[in-house]
Amino acid sequence: MVSTLRFVATLLAATLGISPAAQAASDAELAEVRAQIRQLKEGYEAQIGALERRLQGLEAAANRPEPVTARTELPVAQAPGRAASEGSFNPAISLILNGAYGNFSKDPNAYALGDFVPAHNGLSPGTRGLSLHESELAIAANIDPDFRGNLLLSFDEANAVSVEEAYFQTIGLGNGLSFKGGRFFSAIGYQNEIHSHAWDFVDAPLVYRAFMRGDNYGDDGLQLKWLAPTDSLIELGGEIGRGKDRPGSNRNKNGSAAGSLFAHLGGDIGDSQSYRVGLSALRTSPHDAAVNDIDPAGADVTNAFTGKTTIAGADFVYKYAPNGNATHTNFKLQGEYFRRRESGTLTYDTAGIDGLAPANIASRYSSTQSGWYLQGVVQFMPQWRAGLRFDRLDRGSVNVGAANLGNLQRVDYNPSRASLMVDYNPSEFTRFRLQFAQDKSQQSVTDNQIFLQYIFSLGAHGAHKF
Amino acid sequence: MNINIKILFVTTLAAMSSLMARPAAATLNVFACEPEWAALAGELGGDMVKVSSATTALQDVHHVEARPSLIARARNADLLVCTGAELEIGWLPLLLTQSGNRQIQPGQAGYLEAAAFVNKMEVPHLLDRSQGDVHPAGNPHILLDPRNITKVGEALTARLVQLDAANAAAYQARAAAFQKKWHDATPKWEAQAAPLKGIAVVVYHKDLSYLLRWLGMREVGSLEPKPGVPPTTGHLSDLLAKLQRDPAKMILRSVYSDPKPAVWLSERARIPAVTLPYTVGGDEQAKDLFGLFDDTIQRLLAALK
Repeated sequence: MVSTLRFVATLLAATLGISPAAQAASDAELAEVRAQIRQLKEGYEAQIGALERRLQGLEAAANRPEPVTARTELPVAQAPGRAASEGSFNPAISLILNGAYGNFSKDPNAYALGDFVPAHNGLSPGTRGLSLHESELAIAANIDPDFRGNLLLSFDEANAVSVEEAYFQTIGLGNGLSFKGGRFFSAIGYQNEIHSHAWDFVDAPLVYRAFMRGDNYGDDGLQLKWLAPTDSLIELGGEIGRGKDRPGSNRNKNGSAAGSLFAHLGGDIGDSQSYRVGLSALRTSPHDAAVNDIDPAGADVTNAFTGKTTIAGADFVYKYAPNGNATHTNFKLQGEYFRRRESGTLTYDTAGIDGLAPANIASRYSSTQSGWYLQGVVQFMPQWRAGLRFDRLDRGSVNVGAANLGNLQRVDYNPSRASLMVDYNPSEFTRFRLQFAQDKSQQSVTDNQIFLQYIFSLGAHGAHKF
Repeated sequence: MNINIKILFVTTLAAMSSLMARPAAATLNVFACEPEWAALAGELGGDMVKVSSATTALQDVHHVEARPSLIARARNADLLVCTGAELEIGWLPLLLTQSGNRQIQPGQAGYLEAAAFVNKMEVPHLLDRSQGDVHPAGNPHILLDPRNITKVGEALTARLVQLDAANAAAYQARAAAFQKKWHDATPKWEAQAAPLKGIAVVVYHKDLSYLLRWLGMREVGSLEPKPGVPPTTGHLSDLLAKLQRDPAKMILRSVYSDPKPAVWLSERARIPAVTLPYTVGGDEQAKDLFGLFDDTIQRLLAALK
């Protein structure tokens, strides 16, 4: 034990560059060491100064234009000697700062989507006053010659950090195939894969709000995609996953509880126009999925849905820029349509909040509902864009078993919304946006909404999807 | 998961694999990010290559999107020739990951970054976005110095030979012919451009730096306050005041840039605004690389008169 201690002490002393004897160093010795250090320092400073002067001279010479007649061979660029450092392999890091001021003429906490499941809660159109919107930290890098890794964390106003995406993807699997695994936004629809900071409006279309949790449907799953060897884009793919979020539910089940298929077709029309159209379908089997609703008296209740939900959709995006040069002016038109079919069992009021009816009444539930939006955004001069969006949901048909006929509100109403936005982009990395919306999600309620939003992007230069 | 979807999924996969075997291409598919590299690949490859350019001279390469058609073309490419040095940072990385094409990934023989083969100017000392959209590796607009074209041509020839060894001799013959013609043309351009030496100019963006250095011209200001930041009235007024103290002979802008700021300054400073083709296809005369340099020098000389 004692010898071990002595060994450690000696090792420590050796590491610190002092011999045990030096511990008893006299003041004279200290002074001598200090003098030596000072001498060394002065010597180096003189040398550095000389080198800096030489460097300045060389730089000045290098900046002089080369004589026109001299046909000097420019030396082949070699990667400049890079000093070894632990940081050399740091991944690309980018940060999005996103926040807004919201002004709602109606209480956003009382927001509901009529006869849609879920009708209430988690569907909030925003927060009154100043609030943080989804701010994001993205980290990405190639892992090895075969794989690339991505992580996207989002921070919201409630201080919650969530893993929006964390996935690996293959780099050039060959034959147009690519494979992705982990947590990622599904390739269904058009806007679903796009993060909120890159949207053209502050908020998601109503149809996303009604059918997908969190305005983007993401899942823990696997995706396989294939690009056809054609001049136009033909892309086919499918995903399987746990279906952990709406329209699915977090199930305790082996295998998979969600699957999707998608097909994209895209190309150019001349130099100025390009487009992409898509078809997609998502199938999930939620089990006891908690859905929020309002009871006939207007109080919050929680129901549960077990069954099958299928969402099928069609989407398109069309872009125009004179000669394909989008820097000065450009135009973008996008639209999506989704149709949702639910069939299964709905259990009313699992928590027994509604005093008038007994808790846990289960009955058959089926619905076929749809929604769409169409939006156009024009950059009318450099740095300035304006956009218009129209949203609509179709209540469609809802069939509720007799036991719950009185409990579930059935309002024959089709929610709609119109939004107008203007944004100013002083640089590629900054956006300020003003948005007005007239939201008629609830029958005989018109909510006038105003948003003033900032979006900043810092760090690694991101590449945006078409 | 629903059985139908499972079946569909498997069927799709089966369909994919049957379609996957692409017939061996007789010609090498070259995907160029910019028209100058498409033109160079055409000079060096002739009929042995099928070349397409992702962008045209009328587009600002900084702001191109990863369009569906580009993803499709990248998927089928055998060789990708781009400028690099982060010029295409906003779209090329996406094309590479979306293409599912192993051959054109960085580090593979099918990936060629032209800027890696030349000495870059204006490597920033301060890497901070307060300086505008700076390129950490230096100015990527390398094409308007003929010596750079020579260098990239050599590198590209080596790649073509490597990828299509069967035609090695043919590529080398074409390259020798092109390089000879290029080496003969260069001193002619330099002689024609002799009057331009020392001439002070205002540029729009830092995309003509290599041309100015080659011809010994002097840049006294740029319409953009910082690289990539569009001109503002305040900055243009400052520039006008500066030109009164330190006059320039002309304002140069590439054809893809906004003409208005150059016209504004030209009227007030009473110096001509010259529109340069910048790259192949930038105007009628710039049909190929030779035409591009011929026309660029003619336009500069015309403005001097």
